[in-house]
This record gives sequence, C-alpha cells and structure tokens, in this order.
Amino acid sequence: MKTMQVCLNVNGESKEWSIAPGDLLLDVLRREGYFGVKRGCEAGECGSCTVLVNGKPINSCLMFAAQAEGREVLTIEGVEQGGKLDPLQEAFLEYGAVQCGYCTPGMILSAKALLVKHPDPTEAEVRDALAGNFCRCTGYLKPVEAVLAAARIYRQVGPSGARPRAKHRSALHGKKR
Amino acid sequence: MNANRSVVGKNLRKLDGFKLVTGRPAFTDDIHIPGLLYGKILPSPHAHARIKRIDTRKAKELRGVHAVLTYKDVPRVPHTTAGQSWPEPSPYDTYLLDSKMRFVGDRVAAVAAESRAIAEEALRLIEVEYEILPSILEIEQAMADGAPVIHDEPDSTGIHDAQTNLAGYILREIGNVEDGFRESDLVVEREFRTQRQQHCPLEPHITISWLDSDDRLVIRSSTQVPYHTRRQVAMILQISVQRVHVVKPRIGGGFGGKQEMLLEDICGALVLATRRPVKIEYTREEEFYMARSRHPQILNIKMGVKRDGTLMANKMTVLATTGAYGSHANTVQGNTGSKVLPLYRTPNMRFECHVVYTNTPVAGAFRGYGCPQGFFAQESVIDEIAQELGMDPVELRKKNMIRLGDIDDLSAQLGEGRKGLPRHVRSCGLPECLERGAAAIEWAVKRQTLPQTTGHLRRGVGVACSMQGSGIAGVDWASALLKLNEDGSFNLQVGAADLGTGADTVLGQIAAETLGVTLDKMIVCSGDTDFTPFDVGAYASSTTIISGGAVKKASEKVRDHLLRIASKMLDIPVDNLTCRDNQVVTKCECEKSVSMEDLAHYAMYKEKVQVMENASHWNTDSPPPFCAQFAEVEVDTETGQIRVVHLVTAVDLGVAINPMQAEGQSEGAVAQSLGYALTEEMVLDASGRVINPSFLDYKMLSAKDMPKLTTILVETEEPLGPYGAKSVSEIPINAPAPAVANAIYHAIGVRFRRLPIRPEDVLPALREKELPSPQRS
Repeated sequence: MKTMQVCLNVNGESKEWSIAPGDLLLDVLRREGYFGVKRGCEAGECGSCTVLVNGKPINSCLMFAAQAEGREVLTIEGVEQGGKLDPLQEAFLEYGAVQCGYCTPGMILSAKALLVKHPDPTEAEVRDALAGNFCRCTGYLKPVEAVLAAARIYRQVGPSGARPRAKHRSALHGKKR
Repeated sequence: MNANRSVVGKNLRKLDGFKLVTGRPAFTDDIHIPGLLYGKILPSPHAHARIKRIDTRKAKELRGVHAVLTYKDVPRVPHTTAGQSWPEPSPYDTYLLDSKMRFVGDRVAAVAAESRAIAEEALRLIEVEYEILPSILEIEQAMADGAPVIHDEPDSTGIHDAQTNLAGYILREIGNVEDGFRESDLVVEREFRTQRQQHCPLEPHITISWLDSDDRLVIRSSTQVPYHTRRQVAMILQISVQRVHVVKPRIGGGFGGKQEMLLEDICGALVLATRRPVKIEYTREEEFYMARSRHPQILNIKMGVKRDGTLMANKMTVLATTGAYGSHANTVQGNTGSKVLPLYRTPNMRFECHVVYTNTPVAGAFRGYGCPQGFFAQESVIDEIAQELGMDPVELRKKNMIRLGDIDDLSAQLGEGRKGLPRHVRSCGLPECLERGAAAIEWAVKRQTLPQTTGHLRRGVGVACSMQGSGIAGVDWASALLKLNEDGSFNLQVGAADLGTGADTVLGQIAAETLGVTLDKMIVCSGDTDFTPFDVGAYASSTTIISGGAVKKASEKVRDHLLRIASKMLDIPVDNLTCRDNQVVTKCECEKSVSMEDLAHYAMYKEKVQVMENASHWNTDSPPPFCAQFAEVEVDTETGQIRVVHLVTAVDLGVAINPMQAEGQSEGAVAQSLGYALTEEMVLDASGRVINPSFLDYKMLSAKDMPKLTTILVETEEPLGPYGAKSVSEIPINAPAPAVANAIYHAIGVRFRRLPIRPEDVLPALREKELPSPQRS
C-alpha cells in the first residue's frame, strides 16, 4: 500500500503519521491509540466517532485522515485538562448521563463545540447540538440536563475547568437537586 | 426509603463513569494485539438455499489470508445461540457452519486475514453454487400445506414440529374462557400486529479471541452472558470448558441482543484454525442482517367483561415468528402470556401460541422479552372496553388489576420452557403508580378538555400499565466473591455482566452498605469466567435482585468476620460492634473504634488471614415490578404526523438502590419504546433482504425527537430483594407504545392495531373516518 505523511495537531500535540491515502481519520486515530473515538456505524449516522476539527464536530468516519493535514483535532482524550475533568465530563457523571458510555465521548465533544461558542444555550439548542449523536441507553434527558448544568460552569469560569472540583459540584447543582 | 442507609438509595456516580467520560480504553476493541487477524463472515444472499458446491481455493491463495472455513471444516454440533441456563429451553437447531442457508445473512463461510480489506476480498473470491429453495417470508405462510420445511435436517432437537415449521407451541388455560365469555355482558375481540425491531446498541457485536500461553482460548467479547458463552463455545468447538476463558470488558449496550452466543464460536474456530488472534466485529449493516431482533407477532385478543367492568375472560392467541432459528423462541413467547395476562385478575384465562420458523432474520431476546407485544395488544383492548362501557380507562384498570397478596398461577404454568413457580405479589405499588402518573399528566383535566383542536392539530392523552419479573424464578442464580485488602478496600468479584446498565455500581452500593463503608472502597470486577464466580448473566431483569442478593449475603459473611476480628482487637463482644463510616465501632456510646484500614492490616499481618467470602443466591419467585405510563400526543391531521408531547412513567421498582441510575434505565427504555411505537421497523423485500439496514433508514429517536419525560419512582419494599429492591431495566419499555396508541385514539378517534403507527397509516385512516378538518371540510 502506498503511504503518505500527514501532519496534524491532536489534543495540542503535533503529530506526523504515515497513512494510506484512503485511511479514514477514525481508523488512524484508533490505530494511534485514541480509543475514545468509537466506531458505531461508519456512515456518519450515529456520531460515536465525533471529534472536533478546528473546533467543529465532525464524524471522523467520514473524513480521510489526509484531510486533517494542518488541522487541530480534539478527541475525548484531550478534553481533560491537567488531570482535571472538563465541566461537561463532571456534569455527565453527576447527572447520570452516562450509561454504557459508548456514545459519551462523541456527545461530550458535540456539546463542547456548542458551549465554547454559545455558553448560554436553551434546551432546544442543546438538543439540536446533540441530534447527531445517537444514544440507545439514556433517552437523552440526563445528557441534556448535564449539558445545561455544564453551561453554567462555562459561563462562570470558562471551559478550562480551572476551579476546584468541590466548587464545581455545587455550581453544577444551580438548578436541580 | 430507610433514612439510616448511607449508600443504598443514594444518587452516587457510576463506579466506571470516570473511564467512560474520559474515553479510556475500556471496550472490547480498545486493545492492540500483535498479529491480530481480521475475521469476516460470508453472508447468504438467499433466504433459503442449499450449497451445491463451494470452492475456497482462490480465497485461500490470496496473500494475507490465513483461513477459510466452510461447513466441511468444522464440527457439526446442534446448539442454540440463546444465552440461557443449561438445559436451554430453545431448540438445538443451529450449526457453526452449515450446508443449508435459512435466511439472507446466514453463515456461508468465514475467513481470517491480515486486514479487513483482504478479508473482504477473500469473501469475494469464494465461489458458491446454490440450489435455491422456495422460501417463507410471511408469518402466516409458515404452517400452510405444502410450505417448504426450513429445518429438514435430522440432527436438530427440541423443535416442536419441524415438518410444519413449528419451532414451539404453548397452550395454557386457567378456568374456562368460553364459560367466561358466556357470563360477560361485553366481549371485544381484536387483532394486532407488531414488527421486527432491532436493538441498535451503539457498539455492534464484537469478539476478539486468542490462544494464551497455556493454549487456552481467551474470548474477549461484548456479551451479556460470559458463563453461558463459555459453556456453549466449548460444546460447539468440542474443547473442554476448562480451556475457555471468557472476558467481558465494558459493553456498549446490549438490550438482550448480546444475551446470545453470536460471534464467539466462529471467532474461536478461526483462532483454532490459524493459531493467531482473531477479531470479528459486525458492521452496522451486518448488525441488522445477522444479529437478532424482537419477535414479530400477530396477536388475537378476546376479552369479556361484566357491565360494571369486571373482567370475566381473557383469551390471547399469538402467532409469532422466530425467524430462521429458534433462539429464545419458546421463552419470549411464553412471557407474552405469563407476564401480560395476569396483570388483571380474571377467573378465566387462556394463552395459546404458535412460534413458527420463517426464512427471515433471527429473532431473540430483546428488553421486555415478549411483553411489549402482549401489552400493546392487551392495553389497547382494555382501553377499548373502557370506551365501550363509558368508564375512565384508569378506573377500569384499577378495578381489575392484580393486588398485593395475589398468587398468579399462569406464571407457574408458563415457566422458563418448563413448569415454573407461582408468582406471589409481596409488594405492589401499581395503585400509586396510576395515581401519581395521572396527576403528573393532569389526566382528570385533560380527559375532559381534550381532544382539543388547534387548527389541524389534535391532542389526546392515553394510559397503559404493565408488569415484568425480577429474575427467572428457580432458574437464575448468581454468586459473589468479596475480598478485603490491607488498606480497607474490597475486591468485589461478580459474574454479573454490567453491559452499561450500572450494575457494577449498584452491586458495589449493596456491598458498601452492608459493610458500612463508602462506595469508593469497592473495586468491582464483573463478568470474567476465570476471575469471577458464576452468574447466569445480565438478562430477565435479574442482576439487582439475584446478583445483588448474592452480594448482600457475601457482604454479610465478610462483615461477620470483620466484627470477630475487631472484637479481638478492641476486646469488646461482637454483639456490641457494628460497621459504619469505614470503621468498626461500638454500638453503645463508649466510643471505641477501629478503622477498616487498621483492621485489615491487623487481619493480614497479625492474624495472617485473608478475609474473603463467597455466596450464591437464587429465588423461588420472580417479584414483579409494576408500571403505569401516560402519553400526551398531538396529531397533525394534514400530514398524519404524530408528536408525543409528554410521556410520564410511574414505576414500582421496589427500593431504588441508585435512584438516578434507575431513572436513566426508565428513560432509555421509554425512548426505545417510542421508537417501537412510531418509527422503528426492519423492512424486508420480496427476497427476504433487509432494505433499511442503516441508521439513516431505520429511524431511532434522537435528542431532538424525544418528548418531555417525567419519571416517578414509586418505591415499595420487596421482601425477596436485597434492601427491598425489585427491578427496573425492562418494565418501562412495555407500555409507552399502547399509551401512545390510546392517546392517538383519544385525539382523533382512530385505533391503530399495527406497529409502528406511521403518518402514512394515519392519513388514510383519517380520510376514512372523514374527520372534519378546517382545511378539508
């Protein structure tokens, strides 16, 4: 198989990988150990393989790895900062939004793309942002609640998750429980 | 319910949550194995055919191909793929590879190659000549005179009557329904049809297998039934159970579709043939063709009532298809009778069911296990009777529903493929479910003010009830092993298979509560046949009550041992000690205590004893959870579009060990049932091929499609459950579909008796009814 080089940035680190021209970004990321990128349908329909490319959620099963040349890719592995969970990750745990967890990375990344741009979304806007991420376990209620709760933190402290966890937890419960 | 509890009943975070939200490698495929081969199965293009000639030479010669297997290369061992306790009540009608194809997607051959692309190329190089046989696609054709015989092989066993394609047959009667109809003032008889629904776990079936350094077959698999799989694979591959090690990592959802030994046998065969590690995973398309689905049924219901609403007779006659193989054929359909009819006290009940083979994709276990079909039919007819009698549908249900103290004999007659045990109702919150659910949807007001017409939109509300079981009485059993570590933490080893349900967390909570420690002291390992003790697996709503029962017993034994050691350390009689707040403390106020950590250290290095206990558990009964569900819908009379506005679930689950997780189970079940009601259907063409094997064409509900959900946990204290728990994983999937159908009737006065209820069904029905609409009249 003919190979080519691709240079990209993954989770803040520069990478140069040998790939085949037809390799999908999904397959290359998993091959390189980013197992949080999940294979669910390989047809751009389920959203399990969602990653952010230059901040925008895309189905990595629909993108050639070669197309990621020079771009910034964020996978779930890069969402945690300095050992601290992102407010979205905290909220997903706190609100019981994770069941089997297979769709969770994609859902968190879709939500992150929304909140970074728009930290004060309505419930309808959250549902819109998650519409490309199928979940067969939760019925979506708890994931939506979790995103709305995380949005409160994003508005207070930004997406970096810089505050201590205890404060986060109380802030998460601004509305519910 | 009990304020003194510090772990049970709390909304604690999932124990495995951290690794899931951070995307740590945790699932079957999240592993790199050197030398891994890619396995692929050649599916039959024909619904019914015999292989006349199969030539694998070209495929074998392809560079990178390590094995090509056909029926000529493997042992022929009749078995069932259903992951059930031995002896499985499903017919042994399936073979690892066979010369006869019985549905589009049946296994022709299997290859193992160095890459997926090579494996796919190898499949194309296998030359097969088929003798195409006449096929049966329609359920009613299966038993017709002269119908082709799907299982004409001589070596299958357990088929009710192979010559008439009858996989299973059930007939049970209590009292005499004909007498009951004669004593009735009103008799309603209706026919219902339900479709093929697919589980659609986000993680498709996947198995990775290899030979370890002791030449044992390791099977890392996305399964709900590690122990049954070990037994079945050993039998099929004709190796000893001792040589098989099944490992269940995190599972990306199963919903019954993984209560099935589906890929493990063929993957293991490829490993034995190549002596290399092999992975087989279904693509999403293959998941629709080659995995399992909910049994389609045609149900005839005839119910008789007195003028005052007293039910006199309930007769359900079912024709179901199991597809090409009889996985779960008898037991799913048995459940349609045993869990549905007894919801209402009726002196005369009759359940008859024919389960037939057709040349269609194989049905199997699916959350609800026969109940969603049965409750759709029964709860629709109950609604119709209420309408005929001029009674409120809630009141009619209250009048007839099963009550605390009742003993139901139908369930005894319809056991798990054999005579079962009578069901005693020792806890029942159904009246409260109906009351609180009705209040949440504003039933009294809306039944009066609706149907409301806003232009072309019409709204209505509907109700439906259901029950389920908690484990299979006298069959399901589980064990747990609990070990103390020197820092006061515990290893909880359970055969139970957390498939994303939160079982590890719930079982950890039961252990932590019993031991007086916090949940973070629990290291839970589940579903590994080498390192955890036996459990039947995750199905039949059994894990919390059966596996949880074993965990509680093992924890009590460990606690007793801890107290004996603490008694020595503190010089205080055991009777005066208790476990609390990660320590052993005196019950009275003399304030002596020893931390669990110090106690553990003492036990290990002074006493030189490993505190470790094992316990097993089973129940003689299957305590039913109960549920009342209410739907508010809006029907667009111009487009036929049905929008569910609000869905209320009030569920009696016993005590909720983790209420947040219990709500999540319920909400997910409701989403699957709303799909069942309105959008989800595997459609076959005239050749038996699934024409919509993708998420684009098979419509599950997304975050945008879901209505407002209200979940009410109605807690009761179940004497047979650990800390009073029953179950919650299946029951809320039963009644949303009939609640929606009943709400549609309330809105537009049309009854739909076929699922899913699609806009293209609604519009003609409205036209037929000549509903005056502002635009059209």
